[in-house]
Amino acid sequence: MRGVAIVGIGCTKFGEHWNKGIKELAVEAGIKAIEDCKISGKDIQLIIGGNMSGGMFAGQEHISALLADQLGLNPTAAIRTEAACASSAVALRVGYLAIMSGLYDIVAVGGVEKMTDVYGSQAITTLAGAMDQETEAYFGLTFPGAYALIANRHMYEYGTTREQLAMVAVKNHKNAIHNPIAQYRKAITVSDVLESPLVADPLRILDCSPITDGAAIVILTSADIAKKYTDTPIYIKASAQASDTLSIYDRKDITTLSATVKAARDAYAQAKIKPKDIDVAEVHDCFTINEIIAYEDLGFCKKGEGGKLIQMGETEIGGRIPVNTSGGLKAKGHPVGATGVAQIIELVEQLRGEAGKRQVKNCEWGLAHNVGGSGATVVVHILSNNR
Amino acid sequence: MPKEFAVPFHWRRFRERYQIIGTKCEHCGSYFYPKRVVCPKCRRAGKLKEVKFSGKGKVITYTVIRVPPEGFKIYAPYIIGIIELEEGARLLSQITDCEPEEVKIGMPVKACFRKIRSENETGLILYGFKFRPI
Repeated sequence: MRGVAIVGIGCTKFGEHWNKGIKELAVEAGIKAIEDCKISGKDIQLIIGGNMSGGMFAGQEHISALLADQLGLNPTAAIRTEAACASSAVALRVGYLAIMSGLYDIVAVGGVEKMTDVYGSQAITTLAGAMDQETEAYFGLTFPGAYALIANRHMYEYGTTREQLAMVAVKNHKNAIHNPIAQYRKAITVSDVLESPLVADPLRILDCSPITDGAAIVILTSADIAKKYTDTPIYIKASAQASDTLSIYDRKDITTLSATVKAARDAYAQAKIKPKDIDVAEVHDCFTINEIIAYEDLGFCKKGEGGKLIQMGETEIGGRIPVNTSGGLKAKGHPVGATGVAQIIELVEQLRGEAGKRQVKNCEWGLAHNVGGSGATVVVHILSNNR
Repeated sequence: MPKEFAVPFHWRRFRERYQIIGTKCEHCGSYFYPKRVVCPKCRRAGKLKEVKFSGKGKVITYTVIRVPPEGFKIYAPYIIGIIELEEGARLLSQITDCEPEEVKIGMPVKACFRKIRSENETGLILYGFKFRPI
């Protein structure tokens, strides 16, 4: 099978863009991606855009057609993918499959989410649409609440501490200081987290990723022609996706995202590597507990030892396995439908050696882990700068 | 919940929510709440039959919602838990008649019939089960 490469990347700054709508955000990311490689808009044969809920966040559906139109790419075909917060990792995967199939050579994939055109409580309600409407949202469960249920059980079973959860936020804020696109480029301390207001016990506001506007787009080509468009192609060595129950109450083990375990296992097999070979990872830290669980489910440590891994500093830049060098969803920001491709953009910068003060030395393998809902969809991609 | 749903959205679940009715697969013995049409373990070989749960169970995990979604503002803070019913199925529910600092993992609970919320002054009043300490 032929390979797939990422030749161009483009991302807006993440944050509250009161002066920009979906259109401006998408076009800004798209132009940056095209200018990042020697490609012209007319070369693009297919557009795939991830978006969780344009309808509820901005009253706008038909995002696929909007993207083609606003990017000036009509009559190029466009597809929207939706898998809650994993919408754009799924877009990337569909683009990867489209090129692997031989049907397309050059595909633009990305994601966009405009979340600040509604009030906070409506954003919370919209995000809760990723869980079971009839059996979870009906009783007033929120997303922080869903991960709080996981956190309490993880603390009960494995002795994970409140401080260890806080350390995830502290590390990710520290990394974001050096990321020009990050929403919060500001250091915080463990006591800042522990003194911040409770959202859903035991999670506090500084355990939670923020409400964010943003867009991220990458240009994919078949690996054979990638060097025509860039001197630094980054290759997709694995693309894996798995599903789990929509509701967490339906799972025997609440402290494991079994879709992560399955997608990761498939991805490592495709890339023919082991977890210890990963040099840098972007994982789905929508809430601090989820980064700790991701360490375990991705095989960076044993089950139950995620808290120790963060406490030992092993996931900091300079540690054994740096995680969320971008600042993660926590500090870089989490425009839900754009997050999956934004994670990919951070890995591309790392693997090109263009990550500035965030740069991880000698990196060859990068892993991205994007979660939809409370783990009902998980997508894992593995990238390398070595074909 | 987004805006307000039309009556059928709630009406078709009244029985299940008022009486805690789910399904049991007679092929593998698994219980499910809410009702499933297909047994995820046995699929086409499965034989799902309606079953009424006893309403007794224990708390597997819990949280206290302090920043609620639309429609729940006046009820916050409230406790939400995952309950394992004595038949083996698990479900999510509010835990009531109990202070946030009193709820514990492993705590025995039983179902009671309560108001969940009202949509607005003239809209639907939604009922269902909550669980309280035994």
